[in-house]
Amino acid sequence: MRPIRAIVTLATTVGLLAAACGGTTATPSATPSSAAATSAPAVTKTLNIGFTNSQTGAQQVASTKQTEGIKLWVDQVTKAGGIKLKDGTVLMPKITFYDDQSTTDRVQSLYTKLINDDKVDFLLSPYSSGLVKAAAVVSEQNGKVMVTAGGADDATMEQGFQNIYQVYTPASKYLTGAIDLMLKLDPTIKKVAIVNEKDSFSTSVVLAAKPYAETKGLTVVVNQGYDTGTTDFNPFINQIVAAAPDAIIGGGHLVDGTTFAKQLYEKKVSARFIALLVAPPEPTFADIGDAAQFIVGPSQWETQTKYTEASAKTMNLPFYGIANDAFTTAYRALFNAPPSYHSAGGYAAGLVLQKALEDAGSTDAAKVRAALDKLDLITFFGHIKFSTDAKTHGKQTAHDMVYVQWLKGSDGKLATQIVWPAEAKSADAVLRK
Amino acid sequence: MSLDALIPSAVDGLMLGFVYGLAALGLTLIFGVMRVINLSHGPVIALGMFVVYVLFTNFGINPYLGIVASLLFGLVFGVVEYFLAVDRVIDAPELTTLLATFSVNLMIVGIATSVFTTTPRAVDVTLGSIGAGNVTILGTHAVSVLVAIVVAAGLYGFLFRTRIGKSIRAVANNRSAAELMGIDSRRMLALSFGIGTALAMVSGGLLSTLFSFSPLSGGTYEVKSFVIVVLGGLGNPTGALLGGVVLGLLEGVSTVFIPVSWVPVLEYAIFILILLVRPAGLLGSRA
Repeated sequence: MRPIRAIVTLATTVGLLAAACGGTTATPSATPSSAAATSAPAVTKTLNIGFTNSQTGAQQVASTKQTEGIKLWVDQVTKAGGIKLKDGTVLMPKITFYDDQSTTDRVQSLYTKLINDDKVDFLLSPYSSGLVKAAAVVSEQNGKVMVTAGGADDATMEQGFQNIYQVYTPASKYLTGAIDLMLKLDPTIKKVAIVNEKDSFSTSVVLAAKPYAETKGLTVVVNQGYDTGTTDFNPFINQIVAAAPDAIIGGGHLVDGTTFAKQLYEKKVSARFIALLVAPPEPTFADIGDAAQFIVGPSQWETQTKYTEASAKTMNLPFYGIANDAFTTAYRALFNAPPSYHSAGGYAAGLVLQKALEDAGSTDAAKVRAALDKLDLITFFGHIKFSTDAKTHGKQTAHDMVYVQWLKGSDGKLATQIVWPAEAKSADAVLRK
Repeated sequence: MSLDALIPSAVDGLMLGFVYGLAALGLTLIFGVMRVINLSHGPVIALGMFVVYVLFTNFGINPYLGIVASLLFGLVFGVVEYFLAVDRVIDAPELTTLLATFSVNLMIVGIATSVFTTTPRAVDVTLGSIGAGNVTILGTHAVSVLVAIVVAAGLYGFLFRTRIGKSIRAVANNRSAAELMGIDSRRMLALSFGIGTALAMVSGGLLSTLFSFSPLSGGTYEVKSFVIVVLGGLGNPTGALLGGVVLGLLEGVSTVFIPVSWVPVLEYAIFILILLVRPAGLLGSRA
């Protein structure tokens, strides 16, 4: 009997200690995942790059795609013999990353670990604006250059950070194009419902989209935010149905956006235009079947986008790096799956860092920062240029969004098509019936 | 806010309330019989979700058959949990049993997050819908209400119509007297814990057919269960079911008048108000 009492006492003690140490999350793995360069010549130096990704938690799908993009970049740079600097030094990238479990607490501690323990030279970002914000603070405090792939939040990039560089188009531009598209399809549309996640990214999007909609003569009939992790959208949907809007815009990230779209379909909501953040461009959005049809989503990049050397010449800008089709082919070959814009963002972050290192001719942080500040080029991901204004330093100023819509092809299968802007479209947008 | 949303919101809230009530029924049954506040209630609800999920995704078993499996698994799990964590401290002060079940809570969450991670999962089940005006009732929600009513009715039948059920009630009423009548109170306590756990798992199974979830999802429903049992009266099964329906209705209707994000504030305000004004709950405490 005594051993049983001892077990219960031990279990209680362990439980109390666990609670005291941070509550009910899983014990994090302390083992880094590494993808190291292969054999390298004697002049080679290792370029240590660190980041966290969400191997678990709400951001797992998009974050995994982003990491795959980074891995592809490392793979290709390694196969090409590394990053060659002007003085003959060759840098072979080695990435170290940890599972942040989609939580900011983990991001803060792991970025500190990457900087202080792993001694990384440069940082890439986690995925999602909330996590990027947490990583940016740590990077800035430690004077470590970080190229962010998965963060579009405007607020993060308006704090005068000197070491953070944003590859994505900022959140404030995410849904304004969707409003333009909607009014192009039907100028008589008057009522719009806005239902968005209450995180920093989605809030940034809506803070720009709502006044933009109003300046276009639209009336916002529902304007509600939902908590991160919301699974039941029926309270919002009932209000939407009662207000009978012509259009619904909002959402947040992949899981909630997918659930929201599914429940809108199940409840037979008759809005003629629905545009949601993040979820629609992700290939797994098709898992909800017909509920995905006609949903529009802003995308940072699509396989159909056409940024080439020729288009760069017309813009009088240099083209750098891999071609769009080559990226898609290489990604499919390595991961046996189509890339999403998160994948392309991950690759582009690596590419931007590579270009800055080549221009700087050094791994010295100040020289790399100066090179990043001067960067103005076209890549397969689009036009990249960073703000050098003191308040918005590092914020993306040149990259543009495209808008995709899930449409059924002649074979009856759902697929995304670029429907906006008009000059980039691969199909005409369609209003919901 | 438009009152056009009132009826559909009330209907949605009411339907969800039955599932909340079923979850709270498990919590209040355990407290009513043995005065144990079961802090492993939330993770057990999440386990119910994952029983259905694993059977559905790995073995292709219909989610509603999976719910039956979750009931049986919950019964066994609850009995085992009782003997491992509760039995030895059943006569200790309530804080001790509280901590014992809290440690089980942490162990379940730790193991479940290690095995399943915190990535949200979903059981993809669609049963169509029926609609009239602004009201659309999803088949999955309707079936959940039906299952919740059948399970609750079954529990009442068991407690009031069977010899074992009467023995459980006798133990709840006066354990010493029940033992003098020849009832094995330890066995009845274990069975009660098993039934309470099974009810929580069934409610989790039902919720898995409605919404996406992770091993951490149980926490939300555990807190709701506490609000419900306080509302209905701790230890009172009828009160728990009624409290669930009232809370669901309140959640639904209040969204018409206040932003949805304010609903939890309203819930907890009522929670505190009930504790202050009518601590025995709406129906009082009765095993």
